[in-house]
Amino acid sequence: MADDNSQGRFEAIAVGLLFMVLAVAMVALGSRDWLPELASRHGAGVDKMLVYLLVTTGAMFLVGHFVLGFFVWRYTRGGGVQNRMASPKMERNWSIALGLLMTLVAEGGVLAIGMPTWTEYFASAPPGDALTVEVTPEQFAWNVRYPGADGVFGETDSSLIELNNPIGVDPEDPRGKDDYTAINQIHVPVGRPVRVRLRSKDVIHSFFLPQFRVKQDAVPGMTIEVWFVPTKTGRYELPCTELCGLGHYRMKGFFNVLTAEDFETWKSETFAAEEVG
Amino acid sequence: MTDKELGFVRRYIFSTDHKIIGIQYILTGFLMALVGGALAMMMRMQIAWPGRQWGFLEALFPNGMAGGIMTPEFYISLVTMHGTIMVFFFISYVLVSGFGNYLIPVQIGARDMAFPFLNMLSYWLAALSALVMLASFFAPGGAAAAGWTAYPPLSAIASAVPGSGLGQTLWLLAMALFIFSFTLSGLNYIATILSMRAPGMSMWRLPLTVWSYFVSAVVGVLAFPPLTAAAIMLLFDRHFGTSFFLPDGLVVAGEHLPHQGGTPLLWQHLFWFLGHPEVYVLILPALGVVFDILPAFTRKPVFGYRMTAWCYLAIGALGMIVWGHHMFVSGMNPYSGEYFSIMTMVITIPSAIIGVNMLGSVWGGSIRLKTPMLFALGLIAFFGTGGFGGIFLGNATADIQLHDTYFVVGHFHFMIGGVTLLGTYAAIYFWFPKMFGRMMNETLGKIHFWATIVAFYSIFLTQHFIGLAGTPRRYYAFIDYEFLAPMRGMQTFVTFAAFVMGAAQLLFAVNFCWSLLKGRKAGVNPWRATTLEWTLPSPPPHGNWTGELPTVERWAYEYSADEAEEDFTGQTVDASSVPVTF
Ligand code: HEM
Ligand SMILES: [Cu+2]
Ligand SMILES: [Cu+2]
Repeated sequence: MADDNSQGRFEAIAVGLLFMVLAVAMVALGSRDWLPELASRHGAGVDKMLVYLLVTTGAMFLVGHFVLGFFVWRYTRGGGVQNRMASPKMERNWSIALGLLMTLVAEGGVLAIGMPTWTEYFASAPPGDALTVEVTPEQFAWNVRYPGADGVFGETDSSLIELNNPIGVDPEDPRGKDDYTAINQIHVPVGRPVRVRLRSKDVIHSFFLPQFRVKQDAVPGMTIEVWFVPTKTGRYELPCTELCGLGHYRMKGFFNVLTAEDFETWKSETFAAEEVG
Repeated sequence: MTDKELGFVRRYIFSTDHKIIGIQYILTGFLMALVGGALAMMMRMQIAWPGRQWGFLEALFPNGMAGGIMTPEFYISLVTMHGTIMVFFFISYVLVSGFGNYLIPVQIGARDMAFPFLNMLSYWLAALSALVMLASFFAPGGAAAAGWTAYPPLSAIASAVPGSGLGQTLWLLAMALFIFSFTLSGLNYIATILSMRAPGMSMWRLPLTVWSYFVSAVVGVLAFPPLTAAAIMLLFDRHFGTSFFLPDGLVVAGEHLPHQGGTPLLWQHLFWFLGHPEVYVLILPALGVVFDILPAFTRKPVFGYRMTAWCYLAIGALGMIVWGHHMFVSGMNPYSGEYFSIMTMVITIPSAIIGVNMLGSVWGGSIRLKTPMLFALGLIAFFGTGGFGGIFLGNATADIQLHDTYFVVGHFHFMIGGVTLLGTYAAIYFWFPKMFGRMMNETLGKIHFWATIVAFYSIFLTQHFIGLAGTPRRYYAFIDYEFLAPMRGMQTFVTFAAFVMGAAQLLFAVNFCWSLLKGRKAGVNPWRATTLEWTLPSPPPHGNWTGELPTVERWAYEYSADEAEEDFTGQTVDASSVPVTF
C-alpha cells in the first residue's frame, strides 16, 4: 500500500499549535482573577504552596504541551520513521529521570513547604490567648456561641434543642449562663488567634473562609477545632462547602474582623444586652 | 454452535458472544451519556442564568422545573445523577465493560470469555441497574440529591432533603447492583486473561490494552465490594434503625433522631476506598487503548512497553492506598492526612513515566493524523493537565483552599471526564471498522475532535481558576456572594463552551449512525495494525477463530522492522520470516 500520509502541512501545524497555544491562552485568560486577597497569617503558607505548585507544575504543563505540539508538527511531515525504537537504556534513563523529577517536585513540595503549614493548622495547639468561638451549623445557618466572661462553655444537650434553644444549651448549668449566642455572625478582633470549635446538628457542613485559607468540615457527632490568626479587618463572607441540602448555596454567614477596640465595644454592648435579656 | 443456528434473540439480545455483549454495553453506555449530558447542560444553564424561566423544560420535569424555573433541590439532584451516570453508567459501561468485553478475547486469541454465560448475566444486571438508577427521577421527592459521593447523614435521613427519600433508596440499590455486575465481569476478565491466551501469547506479549484491562479488573474486584457492604449498611441505617453512619443527637428538620454511636466518617472511608481506585479502573483502559492506537498512526513501536505495564501495576497498587486524599479536611486525624499526601505524591512517578512513554511513542514516528490519532494525542495532553491538577489536590496544604471548589470539578473532569472520554472516542474511531465492518466519516470525526478539545479546555481549565478564587461546588446559584462577583463572566463563558461541547457530541452520534449504515466498507485491517484482532474478518464471527487458534510469535508492536517488507508485522507472522525484535 502506498504511503497514505496525505496530511497537509496545514493540519499538522494546526494541531501542533492547538497544544502549544490553546493551553497557554486559557491559562492567561483564566488567571486574571486570582485567589481572593489574603487576610490570615496561616494562609501565607497555603499561598506559598499554591505558588510553588503553580510555578513547578505550570512549567511542566507548558513544556509537556509544547513538546507534544512540536512532535506533532515535526513528525507529520511525511518521510519515514526516524526513531523506530528507543534502546532499553534510553527508556530506563527517562524513567529514572522522571522519577527523580517528580520525587523532587511533588514530594519536595509536600515535605518542605506543605508539612510545616499543615502541622501549624491541624496539629499545633493555639496560643493561650486565643479567642474561642463555637460554630454549630445546621441546615442552613451557622449557630455561633461565645463562652462569655468566664471563658467556659456551658453544657449542651441535643435533647434540649428546640426552636429558641437552637444548640440545646443546658439552662441548669451555671457556666452557660453568660454564654452568648448568635446566628450567622462571627465577630473577632484582628491579630489575635481565633480557635473555631466546630460541631454540627444535622448533616455535614463545611466552614470555609476563602480569604483566610481556612476550610474544615463540621461533622455531626464530632467536635473539631481549627485555629488561625486574622490579619485584616473587614466583613468577610462565610460560605458552606459541603453539600448539605437544598439551601447549601445560600448558607451564608459573616466573619467580621474588628480592631481590638471595636471588638471590646461590640462585646460589651452585645454580651451585656444578652445577659439583661 | 454457529450464528445461523441461533435465533435473533439468542444472537443479538440474550447473546453469550463477548462481542455482542461488548456492543450492548457500548450502546447502553451511550444512551446513558445522552441523559447525563443533558443534565449537565441544564446545570450549566442554571449557573449562567440563575432562576431564569425555561418553559420547555417544565413539561419534562413538572416538579423540578415548576413554572419553568429550576428549584434548588432539583439542581442538586441533577448534580448527583449527572455525576453518577457519567462515572458508573457511561464511562464504565463503554470503556471498561464495552471495549473490555469486545477486545480481550480477540486480542489474546481466545474464542470467548472464560465464562460466557456469566458475562451475559453481568450485562443484564448492569442494564437493570441502569434502569433502577433512572427510576430515581420518578420517585416522589425527586432523584437522589446527596451528590455522587452520597455522604450521610444527608443520604441517610429521609427528611434531610427531598431526594433522600425513595430517590436515594433507588440510587443505593442501583449502585449495589452495578457493583455486583461489575465484580462478576471483573472476575471474568481476570480468568480470561490468565487462562485463555492463545499459544505463544505470554504476558509480555500482551497488547497494553489487555494489560490495562487486567490491572483495572484486579483493582476493581478488590476495591468495589466494600462499597456494596457500605451501601447495604446505609440501607439498614435508612430503613431498619441501625446506626452505622449516624451519631447520637441528630436533629434534622426539627426532629430528634434516635440514632447512637455511628460516624459519618466511616462512610467516607468506605466510599473513597472504592471511589479513588474507581478513577484508575476507568483511566487505565483509556491509557491502554491509546498505547495500542499510537503505534498504528506513527508506524513505530511503543516507547517503554515493559515499563508501562509495570507502571500500570504500580498505579493499581498505590491507587488502593491513597483514598484518604479526598478527606483531608473531613475531620479525620491530621497525621493520616500527611500519610495520604505523601503516598499520593508517589503515584505521580508512574503517572509521569506513562506520560513520557506516550510522548516517546509519538517521537520520531511517521504520524498520520487520522481521527483516532487526534483523540489519542488529545488524551496525552489531558493526562498531563489532569495530572498536574492532581498534584495540587493531593497536597494536603493546597487542598485546604481547593477542596470542594470548582478546582476539583475542573481537575476530575480532565481525568475521569476527559482522559476517559477521549480514550473512549479514540477507541470507537479505531475499532469501529472491526466491530461493524465500515469506516467512520473522517471529516465529521475531525470536526468532532476540534470542537470537543477546544470546548473542553475552555470549560474545565477555566474552572480551575474559578475554583482558585474560592467558588464552592454543588451550588445552585452564585448570586448571593460578593467575593464571587468577578467570576460571573467566566461562568457564562463556561456555559457557552459547554453547549459547543454538547453539540459536538451530537455530531458524533450522527457520524456513528450514518457510518453504521453508509460508511465506506472496511477491510480486515484498515489501519494496518499488528494485534490479533486485525487478522479476523470485520466483523468477526461468533467464536472469532473459525479454524485453529492463532500461534503468537512476537510482541504486539512490531512496526517498521528493518527486515520486513511492509511497515508492520502482525503478531502471528513467523519469526523466521521477520526476526522478533522484542
Ligand atoms: C460537556 C461535558 C460536561 C459538562 C458541561 C459537565 C458539567 C458538570 C457540572 C456543571 C457539574 C456540577 C459541578 C458542581 O457543582 O460540583 C458536574 C459534576 C460532575 N461531573 Fe460533569 N460535566 C460534563 C461531563 C462529565 C463527564 C464526561 C464525566 C465523567 C465521566 C463527568 C463527571 C462528573 C462528576 C463525577 C461530577 C460530580 C457530581 C457531584 O458532585 O456529585 N462529567 N459536571
Ligand atoms: Cu451547609
Ligand atoms: Cu452546604
